[in-house]
Amino acid sequence: MAKVKRSYTQTPMREQEAAVRCHNFDEVAFGYNMEEGQLEASRCLQCKNAPCIENCPVMIDIPGFIKAIEDGDMPKAHEVLSKYTNLPAICGRVCPQEKQCEMVCRLGRSKKFEPVAIGKLERLVADWALEQPIEYKEVTGNKGRVAVIGSGPSGLTTAGDLAKLGYEVIIYEALHAPGGVLTYGIPEFRLPKRIVNKEIERIVAQGVTIETNVVIGKTITMEEIMEEFDACYLSVGAGAPNFMGIPGTSLNGVYSSSEYLTRINLMHGYEFPKYDTPVQRSKNVVVIGGGNVAMDAARSAKRLGADNVSVIYRRSLEELPARIEEYHHSVEEGIEYHWLTNPIEYISDDKGTLTAVKCVKMELGEPDESGRRRPVVIPDSEFIIEADTAIEAIGQGANKVLLDTFPELGTNKWGYVEADPETAATTIPGVFAGGDIVTGAATVILAMGAGKIAAREIDQYIQKVRQEMPV
Amino acid sequence: MFKIIKRKELAPTEFDILVDAPRIAKKAQPGQFVILRIDEAGERIPLTIVDTDAEKGWVRLIFQVIGKSTAQLATVMEGDALIDLVGPLGKPTEIKNYGTVLLVGGGVGIAALFPIVKGLKEAGNRVLTILGAKTSELLILRDECADYSDELILMTDDGSLGEKGLVTKAMEDVFQREDIAFTWAIGPSIMMKFATMTADKYNVPIYVSLNPIMIDGTGMCGGCRVTISNTIKFACVDGPEFLGEEVDWDEFINRMQQYRGEETQSNERYEEQVKQNG
Repeated sequence: MAKVKRSYTQTPMREQEAAVRCHNFDEVAFGYNMEEGQLEASRCLQCKNAPCIENCPVMIDIPGFIKAIEDGDMPKAHEVLSKYTNLPAICGRVCPQEKQCEMVCRLGRSKKFEPVAIGKLERLVADWALEQPIEYKEVTGNKGRVAVIGSGPSGLTTAGDLAKLGYEVIIYEALHAPGGVLTYGIPEFRLPKRIVNKEIERIVAQGVTIETNVVIGKTITMEEIMEEFDACYLSVGAGAPNFMGIPGTSLNGVYSSSEYLTRINLMHGYEFPKYDTPVQRSKNVVVIGGGNVAMDAARSAKRLGADNVSVIYRRSLEELPARIEEYHHSVEEGIEYHWLTNPIEYISDDKGTLTAVKCVKMELGEPDESGRRRPVVIPDSEFIIEADTAIEAIGQGANKVLLDTFPELGTNKWGYVEADPETAATTIPGVFAGGDIVTGAATVILAMGAGKIAAREIDQYIQKVRQEMPV
Repeated sequence: MFKIIKRKELAPTEFDILVDAPRIAKKAQPGQFVILRIDEAGERIPLTIVDTDAEKGWVRLIFQVIGKSTAQLATVMEGDALIDLVGPLGKPTEIKNYGTVLLVGGGVGIAALFPIVKGLKEAGNRVLTILGAKTSELLILRDECADYSDELILMTDDGSLGEKGLVTKAMEDVFQREDIAFTWAIGPSIMMKFATMTADKYNVPIYVSLNPIMIDGTGMCGGCRVTISNTIKFACVDGPEFLGEEVDWDEFINRMQQYRGEETQSNERYEEQVKQNG
């Protein structure tokens, strides 16, 4: 069969109409069917020294799995993916591919062409795999026992890899459901919890045990963990919300994005009163911040029925840290943007309820350490945005619950755990750490990359200790 | 799953349960709390740990029916189980020998006060305890508190037991005749606010245990934030005990009202369901 001419553009993914989807929490993008997937896969140049592999934090053999899709061999495609990633259905959906694998795609480097839709193809294979029967593995555990603290993407990755290597792995999770940010943070319309649960089930099938409702440092101490296990991996994330601390922060109607999204995602607040946890139904919502979390909060507020949702960001669109795809989705759904704007005060009625956010306009000055131009306040530029709900999505810091009870562990000046990025080793032998608790809030795939390194290093560490043990 | 191994009705709206939770029982200290969830659709609610038995592996919880979740919790019988229970959470009370201490409990707050009474007595303090409630039947844990108190003063709003009046009145009497090193007050927020004002008047330091709205209880959302000496603190990890004089009481009391409408809606819906199902 003669090959059809390579399309310049990516095969589009069908999605819910903006006017429909802004009233529900169902997934926005439907995913490729096999035909669309094969068409997109056929665009791949199958580069010998594929730059896309180098730019994937877990170095997936991208041309390899794409070739299998093109050949219509899904088991093979899944086999290739599984060698590198434990959470492909999640990464295919939430990775910023435009800044990773797809950014360096050779096809995309030529002027006329868009890069291959690697993420969408990964999702196709992963979603196919989730429909296949699960094979449960017997755990022998004779290689050693490892405790993983936190069941977010980093911990799940380490646990999955170590179980594959023959370790007995127990994950301890403080909340009542595993998944970390995948469960409480990223909303249903971007990452359905059905998919998260299925992917976690696959990891459990490898022989991993997950114990929920266990707060390390409180329910079980680090001393006990270190006594009972050969090694442990700290992947507790960066889940403590920052507040700007401007006047009115404690008014009713002011939320951290963490609280707002936890109520909605983990507690099903959008299904109140069928579920018991309420979340405020608002008319006018202001979201502060420009990351993915801000997009998620704004789009969730819209879905809860708010008339007006605006995002205020102190820099401009050019500097927006959120995925551009999410920004476009949010604009289609009617989210408004106030660029170069910063809040300075929350204003309330006499009952202590938020009524407006007082803001100032900013302009961009000299570049700061991060290379981005620093926003500077324009004098006398104050203005007011009416709001009954304000959501601060300005980033998170290290949660101190575990660290406070484990002062022996070295931390840096920001309170994150000191760990070698090459080996995940902390200042204490046998204790490894990775993900957001080391780097500060980053991406799902970087947390997974750290998890993969940790699994390899924990394996080597335990084998070495065992060899050195007197027989 | 966390099995209810014993359940007792203390008053028409107050219940006392022992829950099987060996890990929590082993670690809990006075002043700490748990968060529980009854079932899959349930919300996470915080309750103070009243007592524990590390050997038998149970934790004791006392709650008052004030809304949907507590009404539903009252229907959970011996042998049934809660889907989730996590803890011990929060910082423990600083138990040590202060000398003479005054402990004040109001309403169902007496349940949260009791482990501190016990802890402080066992640490060698001379313990004076004031318990207050609307009526005599709501004056819970009287005997238990008496066991660990050198003096027990009872106050009721209607005078049905002890003296008629508010706990602050009894506090004044004690402060006038005793040299108190430290005071604790646990109860409704308005009572804790006035207890703080009373202790301040006599220059006695006072600890209160704040009970704001919580979701995770592990410091990851800030829903329970309170202003302490003009700084934002999270009651679940920085507290729940704070010095009363440092608390922004008006803000704290106001934040408790946030979901008044939703709470009523949820409760009415539940009552309707109970009626329909008999």
